[in-house]
Amino acid sequence: MVVKKINKIIGQDAIEKKGWLQAHKWLLLRRFSQLSILFLFLSGPLFGIWIIKGNMSSSLTLDVIPLTDPFVFLQTLFTGYIPELTVVTGAVIVSLFYFIVGGRVYCSWVCPVNIVTDAADWLRRVLKIKTSLSFSRMGRYGLLTVSLVLASITGMLVWELVNPVTMIQRELVFGMGLSWLFIVAIFILDAFISRRAWCSHLCPMGAFYSSLGQFSLIKVNAQNRAACNDCMDCFAVCPEPQVIKSALKGSADSSPVINSGNCTNCGRCIDVCAEDVFTIKHRFVNSNLLTSQHEVHL
Amino acid sequence: MKMTRREFVKNNAIAATATAAGVTIPGIKDVLAASEDKIRWDKAPCRFCGTGCSVLVGTQNGKIVATQGDPDAPVNKGLNCIKGYFLSKIMYGKDRLTKPLLRKTDGVYDKEGQFEEVSWDEAFKIMAVKWKEALKNDMAANKGKSADKITSTVGMFGSGQWTIFEGYAGAKLMKAGFRSNHIDPNARHCMASAVGGFIRAFGADEPMGCYDDLEHADAFVLWGSNMAEMHPILWTRITDTRLTKKDSEVHVLSTFKHRSFDLADNGMVFTPQTDMVILNYIANYIIQNKAYNKDFIGKHVNFKKTTTDIGYGLRPEHELEKKKTGSGGKLSGISFEEYAKSVEEYTLEHASKLSGVPEKNLLRLAKLYAHPTKKITSLWTMGFNQHTRGVWVNGLMYNVHLLTGKISQPGNGPFSLTGQPSACGTAREVGTFSHRLPADYVVKKKSHRDLAEKIWDLPEGTIPGKPGYHAVLQNRMLKDSKLNAYWVMCNNNVQAAANLNEETLPGYRNPDNFIVTSDPYPTVTAMASDLILPTAMWTEKEGAYGNAERRTQFWRQQVAAPGEAKSDLWQLMEFAKYFKMEEVWPADLLAKSPQYKGKTLFNVLFENDQVNKFKKQVVMDDRGNSYQNDEMDDFGFYPQKGLFEEYRRFQLEGPKKGHEQADFDTYHKVRGLRWPVIDGKETLWRYSEGYDTYVKKGEGFKFYGNKDGRANIITAPYEPAAESPDAEYDLWLSTGRVLEHWHSGSMTRRVPELYRAFPDAVVFMHPDDAKARGLRRGLTAKIISRRGEIECQVETRGRNRPPKGLVFVPWFDAGRLINKVTLDATCPLSKETDYKKCAIKIEKA
Amino acid sequence: MSIPGKKTLQSRRRFLENISRAAGGAALFGIGLGLYSQQSKSLPSEAIRPPGVVNETDFLSACVRCGLCVRDCPYDTLKLSKLGEQVALGTPYFDARDIPCEMCEDIPCVKACPTGALDPELTNIDDARMGLAVLIDQEACIAFQGLRCEVCYNVCPVRDKAISINRLHNNRTGKHALFIPVVHSSDCTGCGKCEHACILEEAAIKVLPVKLAKGELGHHYRLGWEEKQKAGKSLVTPDIEHKYNLPEGVQYDYEGKGLIQPDSGSSTGSQRQPGDSPFNESALDRLNKGRL
Repeated sequence: MVVKKINKIIGQDAIEKKGWLQAHKWLLLRRFSQLSILFLFLSGPLFGIWIIKGNMSSSLTLDVIPLTDPFVFLQTLFTGYIPELTVVTGAVIVSLFYFIVGGRVYCSWVCPVNIVTDAADWLRRVLKIKTSLSFSRMGRYGLLTVSLVLASITGMLVWELVNPVTMIQRELVFGMGLSWLFIVAIFILDAFISRRAWCSHLCPMGAFYSSLGQFSLIKVNAQNRAACNDCMDCFAVCPEPQVIKSALKGSADSSPVINSGNCTNCGRCIDVCAEDVFTIKHRFVNSNLLTSQHEVHL
Repeated sequence: MKMTRREFVKNNAIAATATAAGVTIPGIKDVLAASEDKIRWDKAPCRFCGTGCSVLVGTQNGKIVATQGDPDAPVNKGLNCIKGYFLSKIMYGKDRLTKPLLRKTDGVYDKEGQFEEVSWDEAFKIMAVKWKEALKNDMAANKGKSADKITSTVGMFGSGQWTIFEGYAGAKLMKAGFRSNHIDPNARHCMASAVGGFIRAFGADEPMGCYDDLEHADAFVLWGSNMAEMHPILWTRITDTRLTKKDSEVHVLSTFKHRSFDLADNGMVFTPQTDMVILNYIANYIIQNKAYNKDFIGKHVNFKKTTTDIGYGLRPEHELEKKKTGSGGKLSGISFEEYAKSVEEYTLEHASKLSGVPEKNLLRLAKLYAHPTKKITSLWTMGFNQHTRGVWVNGLMYNVHLLTGKISQPGNGPFSLTGQPSACGTAREVGTFSHRLPADYVVKKKSHRDLAEKIWDLPEGTIPGKPGYHAVLQNRMLKDSKLNAYWVMCNNNVQAAANLNEETLPGYRNPDNFIVTSDPYPTVTAMASDLILPTAMWTEKEGAYGNAERRTQFWRQQVAAPGEAKSDLWQLMEFAKYFKMEEVWPADLLAKSPQYKGKTLFNVLFENDQVNKFKKQVVMDDRGNSYQNDEMDDFGFYPQKGLFEEYRRFQLEGPKKGHEQADFDTYHKVRGLRWPVIDGKETLWRYSEGYDTYVKKGEGFKFYGNKDGRANIITAPYEPAAESPDAEYDLWLSTGRVLEHWHSGSMTRRVPELYRAFPDAVVFMHPDDAKARGLRRGLTAKIISRRGEIECQVETRGRNRPPKGLVFVPWFDAGRLINKVTLDATCPLSKETDYKKCAIKIEKA
Repeated sequence: MSIPGKKTLQSRRRFLENISRAAGGAALFGIGLGLYSQQSKSLPSEAIRPPGVVNETDFLSACVRCGLCVRDCPYDTLKLSKLGEQVALGTPYFDARDIPCEMCEDIPCVKACPTGALDPELTNIDDARMGLAVLIDQEACIAFQGLRCEVCYNVCPVRDKAISINRLHNNRTGKHALFIPVVHSSDCTGCGKCEHACILEEAAIKVLPVKLAKGELGHHYRLGWEEKQKAGKSLVTPDIEHKYNLPEGVQYDYEGKGLIQPDSGSSTGSQRQPGDSPFNESALDRLNKGRL
């Protein structure tokens, strides 16, 4: 069915056809976004230019706009604590944003851990490492449940005691402790033990944002799916490849919209596709609003 | 037991393991004890204040590794204050000066150049060039003038922290060698008013009582002294008396509330300068209530009237000086009745109104002094001394004690405390003031000069008769180019002298002048100088200090100074070698002593068969330890001993009695003796029969410093401060010290723990005053006077709690020089600056 | 090719397997994490929370580890716990020996807190209770040996209330007083200025969590003098006036001093005043007093 193109790097066709820059457009934009956000947090402590204070758990922009990570906020609520209005406002603003642009935009466009796991995946591809251990993609939902249940039982933000994502973000901004060990650990896990283990299988933040982004307005759309030449580059590069299948390979009357909340809207499929099958659009194009397909968990 | 380092480490490891395992290994304890044993302990007085605590100094491998309070010392019985606790660290600041530093450009001296390391020889050579230039000009200007007319452009600013030997050598080098009386100690800023008060009332300097007063008094009154912080150990003695003695009481007066108020039964915050009103009121109360001691007054007291409206010691062209109608301190005799009349206006109501102290507090204080039997010790330091009427206010204090006869007895007496370790022993006793000679003699009197010239073996007319420039005048004369070769030793006057911007720095940086500073550390004074000489400090040399109760304490050199640092004594004596007599004395003077022709100044001053009388020897203690003496090694004789024995001739051979000290060797065997030491016996209470051998049986008291044996009660009316707050500069500024730091902080701020305990100067102010200026605790305030401004943090919750309208800033902080703000107004009699009063405003920085 | 129904069945089975695997793994992990969280609740005694933390558990439920309090601390006192430190990860604390709390009047850290983990009702910094200073080593504290230090007292921003000086007679020297610092829990904010400034190698005064530092009087007992002060009067009606058989001139003060003998002149070691005599009362008086 699918002929594996040995010794050919993923997206080579696209590079040849569209040029390197065009074949990395979304990747570069995302890196730019991730690094600029980090820079905004660091410009205060490093250069005394205070644009955003705090970290990605909760922050204050230009001393006015509060922004709060809704997942951390949700854990707080589960502890039974009734927080101040500031943090509620911040959580609402952020939730609305991701509700519109897609929950996991957080993962691919904001979270610095993504750079680590993308790098691990790249290494994995270059070294042709095969999966030897597999995690369930449901694991993250399990952890999400655990984090909320534990918060409610102990009355503490228990997950935040070990959450590598907030930890790495915080220590990048507030000074590095031992969290670099977690960076290394995630890198090793993703590169050598299990493909995309962290972001696509285990991270409960990802699970949370998946849920938040289920109905988001901005979606990747395989609108030109007729042109697909089955090169499989999109599957190879996608961190959540299970979300592509029904949009790309579904029956003719099915929606070409990648409707799964697990899609991170990273746009790598667009980059690597030589035939320009994919594009980013609002979800109502060629789609029934009420049809939210069940994704298939591989 | 001798152990190598390796063995020591090994044994320690064995011991540690054994201890951890709960095993006792026989012999190991002894091995460890041996390393502790290797510390050599010897006594020395504390380097800081005038209390004169004794400490034991522990030396090991040429370094002071520990100190402990001396349990056998009568002053402190093993105790120390927080500064004394850290004595072992003051010599080991990271930035000790170890080589002479000269300002140079392209290898030659340049006033505007950068400091470069030079040898001692190069340092002294350039210094000698500058000194000789000045001396040559002096000799030309003085041609044909008699000794009491001659002037000089060579000056020296000395110290109450000099050892006795250094002060004596400095005075001799200046007054006899360079024929200049422009030598003054930093004690001018500190004790000059006390000296003036003593001399005017008793004809002799220094307190009559001693620290035993602190146990024998029934009541203590603090006038302008925060003993709780500045004399911490003496304060524990007062506190203990207050705690343990039935009906004892403590009265504290100050212009702001401070730590000493904590113990006060009667605390009084008065408007600055109105201490004079309160004292006159007390005298009036005593007279009105006939509480004076008629018998005592009749036998032992004269009444005198002083000249009034005498100005404020500012430059003559200053508005305030032009307005004054009187000058000087001339006294004229009056009757008791005339005296009584002079204080009549100082009623309770009047005193309360002017001072702001409630009547009941003043009345309680007056009643205390008037009490027929209660024994009262009055204590004061800078509140009285740093006062534009410092001599007067000291005198007003004596008036009260003399009226009631409460003086010169255990527990009864006015007690002037000193701030420096040897303000008494050195600055006041060996003649380092611009008007004095050793042992209370003065340059103005020909007979006194004759005595000095006889003892020093100098031709008649060597010592100039005109008092030299005092501390404040020295800075003005430097600015005016009338003082050109200037040596600052053992003090930090650029941080201390008031009105830094207008009166100190211009003189130091005046291109006509060459300024030399000797210091162990790069102080702001060193920075303002042209040549810096690295100096040995404290126990890096043999020394002697005299504390506030006339106790003279000696110490031996314990360790070598770092690098090429040398003691002030060595510097003073060695520098004399760079002068031929022909270069310092005019031919006509030298002709009177032809034997000095071709000799060096060192030969004449220090190889005079007196100073060099005691040959080089090994300095030993009675425990068999030997000590180095770098000066003895360098000069080949025992200069400390020679200088001290020569100085003692002033005490023994002159007409003045009552200043006798024991011989040099005795002092190394005691933890100090209180002079006069007569036939080996100390004097506890001077002027009092039974305690003082100069008071004959039946005399009761004799104030023998005055010819008629009577003390003087001298009138002194209230006169306002030089600068008071007005609409623009609306606050009083008072400056002073804190417990943790000593003086300019050059030693204590180099002790990390003390620095952490009180890092930077703050402005203590009333919270309402802060609020009114948009300030609060922790914010930075600008303290502005007509002369300059500094910035420091606001403290509204601190140990000092000023009333509204007054702020207090300590002066220890080289980074926040409050002397940019202070005013150089002085007591016109003592020439001591009033650091406690000037007008400022405060703004948010 | 397989039958569609079978395929659905297979995939459903796989799906269920997946779920149970994930759920089992997550549950195991949750148990471990839950246990760990209990341990992390115990704050190490040298870590002090910022002002406005009332209760550690409440704080850990409210703090989102955003570090805004740290950012707004003008003295760099506060820091966020990093991985590897004993304090609950990412939460703000300070080490008093390192940098103490300067007790800003406007309490910027509390103002910065978006969640209220730092209690916004704390508006007067004197009401903060970050911990309690304890003079923990009286052997090492030089004040207890009679040396004049009192740095802890002098730096205390709530001086005289949170730390006062107790003056005692020094029995060893016999003529000096001891100046002993005493901490009062009623006013100590736990800012740690004392611990920071303590001049010893290892501080003798340390700020501890209040729970660790504080004892508690038995609920069955009251301190009489304090109850009287609280009530402003005696709880039981004061006595009617007491009367005594006393020699002439002698008084008895029921409330305070007890027996008051007439002034017997000045205390010990008194010096004779000029014109004064120890025998200045009438012979009769002297005899009647029955004293020799």
